[in-house]
Amino acid sequence: MKAIVNVYLKNGVLDPQGKAVHHALGSLGFLGVKDVRIGKQIVLELEATDEQKAREEVQEMSETLLANTVIEDFNIEIVQ
Amino acid sequence: MSIAILRFPGTNCEFDTEYAFKKLGFKTTIVWHNEPSLPKDTELVVVAGGFSYGDYLRSGSIAKFSPIMKDVIAYAKNGGEVLGICNGFQILCEAGLLPGALKRNTNLHFISKYQHLKVISNNNSFLKKCEKDEILNIPIAHADGNYYIDDDGLEKLKKNDQILLQYVDNAGKAVAINGSVESIAGICNESKNVFGLMPHPERAIEAILGSSDGVKMLESFGA
Repeated sequence: MKAIVNVYLKNGVLDPQGKAVHHALGSLGFLGVKDVRIGKQIVLELEATDEQKAREEVQEMSETLLANTVIEDFNIEIVQ
Repeated sequence: MSIAILRFPGTNCEFDTEYAFKKLGFKTTIVWHNEPSLPKDTELVVVAGGFSYGDYLRSGSIAKFSPIMKDVIAYAKNGGEVLGICNGFQILCEAGLLPGALKRNTNLHFISKYQHLKVISNNNSFLKKCEKDEILNIPIAHADGNYYIDDDGLEKLKKNDQILLQYVDNAGKAVAINGSVESIAGICNESKNVFGLMPHPERAIEAILGSSDGVKMLESFGA
């Protein structure tokens, strides 16, 4: 089983990389972009077979290490 | 006074820090991150600057789980004094010993230069030898120095005199160097025994090299 954790800066926390990329897209003529947020994707290969258990475990991993919940939000996708 | 200077894989300021404290007459021990405990006679822990674990994932995020950090956290919770410089500041925030977090600089650059700082509060053992509103000149060298804290947290910092240093110009006016909330360069915890700052006082101890303003910061711990 695979777990995909997406980590983003929280809404309201300025994302300097997203802002720079937004600016660069504008310079290239892509004018229809309202906002850019850059995050990280962490892919975990798990031994677990129970989806609920896996999700709980990855939730704990995310809160402990993968995301800094002072500034970041995360979401978890479980892929069979 | 005996100082334990922490060294993680990727730390690179431990020898400058040792040199500075030794020059000021302190006894120092460099402590490898895999040690289970601090030396028994430790009176100050310094988390030195650098790039622990290559800054992978987030600056300081992996170092906080090194074996030595358990003892450092216990030491701090017991009232022991801890100073985090640059990457050390990031590690102390990640470890929850200091509030807030450090993000990528707004301009995405690694900023390395001398920078004026204003002493916002000297009501603590770290800056007690400095005057309030005094302007210091101390080098900064970081890519992730953009201090973030939410509004409630900021209010608490202000109320309890926890903002230590602010980035300013030579006239003392706050400047936006890296995007930090209220141009914050350094803070302490609520009980004022854990200190963190992005600038490097250990690099400002000899006038011939540009500034000796770091001396009164570092030597304050012995007084």
